[in-house]
Amino acid sequence: MKELLNTIKEAVINRKRKEIEGLVDDAIEAGIEPGLIINEGLIAAMDVVGAQFSADDIFVPEMLASALTMKLGLAKVKPLLTSEDQPSRGTILMGTVRGDMHDIGKNIVNMMLEGAGFTVVDLGVDLTLEQLLEEIENLKPDILGLSALLTITLPEMERAVQEIGDKGLRKNMKIMVGGAPVSKTFAKEIGADGHGADAAEAVALAKRLMGE
Amino acid sequence: MLIIAERINSSRKAIAESVLSGDADVIRHEAKIQAHAGADYIDVNAGAFIKEELARLKWIVEVVQDAVSLPLCIDSPDAKVIDGILPLLEKPPMINSITLEPSRLEPILPLAVKYKAKVIALCQSSKGMAETADQKVRMAHELVEKAEQAGLPRDLLHVDPLVYPVATSPLSAVAALEAIERIKKEIPGVHTICGLTNVSYGVPERKLINRTFLVAAIVRGLDSAILDPTDKKLFGSMKAALAVMGEDEYCLEFIEAYRAERIA
Repeated sequence: MKELLNTIKEAVINRKRKEIEGLVDDAIEAGIEPGLIINEGLIAAMDVVGAQFSADDIFVPEMLASALTMKLGLAKVKPLLTSEDQPSRGTILMGTVRGDMHDIGKNIVNMMLEGAGFTVVDLGVDLTLEQLLEEIENLKPDILGLSALLTITLPEMERAVQEIGDKGLRKNMKIMVGGAPVSKTFAKEIGADGHGADAAEAVALAKRLMGE
Repeated sequence: MLIIAERINSSRKAIAESVLSGDADVIRHEAKIQAHAGADYIDVNAGAFIKEELARLKWIVEVVQDAVSLPLCIDSPDAKVIDGILPLLEKPPMINSITLEPSRLEPILPLAVKYKAKVIALCQSSKGMAETADQKVRMAHELVEKAEQAGLPRDLLHVDPLVYPVATSPLSAVAALEAIERIKKEIPGVHTICGLTNVSYGVPERKLINRTFLVAAIVRGLDSAILDPTDKKLFGSMKAALAVMGEDEYCLEFIEAYRAERIA
């Protein structure tokens, strides 16, 4: 069993997109519990991939290809899960602030968060404050992730964090921010709970915010 | 080929630091080496200084105009900043940039008309950035229409189809290249332009991807670019592509650039 799980883990790390589904099938046939396949095979692999990326050992497209491989494997296992053993590390609402159309970086962060076992709901780009507030009340996420790429939209990020706080929506929800012009200093200034400089940092931050 | 030199950008650490400390020598040097390397316009950007962009940009403009005689390319999405800078300029400038978003279009077009400025127009609207070639070409038509309605002739417009990283959007470069060709054909008289660094995000040896994309874009009809003219390999690839495409009679410009040691 250990060996099969290890093969799955290695396949994700090494971006074996064509082989992963067969390997996951093998594991299922061998009677390995779906939860184990996910946690010790797929998610364990993405932890390694995140660390490789942080250490500059791999490049963005390689990280994405691993995340894609992971997703293919996950799609095979998911139908076998009962609702109580759906393993989610937490729900994260993601979006790019008003006036900003950029989403490449955010989408990479989404993939890595999903890869790490979070449930990600992506609201897209150019989010009005009203949309944001409504979705927060509907979904009650554990974490809100806000992205911006333009320096001119940074004030929107500040305003969003402010308003969400004023509405009392931060009691059960943390806010993390990111994007090229967003710095740790800026994140602190506007009162966000944390800042991730890249996708791997964002994942580590999300885990920390969940109290892991 | 119109070259807009990109090095004086506050997102570069060395530039931001010298602006903050008021070290005019660094900025002056950057302006001069780019002018010497073959720039037509010097791009100036102070976007990293949130809330004091205008004041910082004024200082940069003063230093650059003192150092070189080239026209400037005002790199700001903010109409107020552009409005504050235009009266200071000695030569008709370029504005970088407008989009179809009302706040980034309506206040800026009249300024461009008033100052006879060239304008970089991004294929981006309130609904997002154009992704497919069809979307890019459609937005190019709209941009030209809006500009001409405002009294800005299309010859002053440089449409940027936008290119995304090939690492994350594998067919984006292909879409941008197709758009360059179609815009040139469908809207005669309008210019095309492209930034080159986005395309290589996330991969090693980024400059190799950048200059390969530039060559491909020139082959499809690109006639202006925002780039670092002091990068001899990039500049060399550009000059070689222009020669190959028959836009450099008897390769005289290529040879001249070789003699001046501007290409590698």
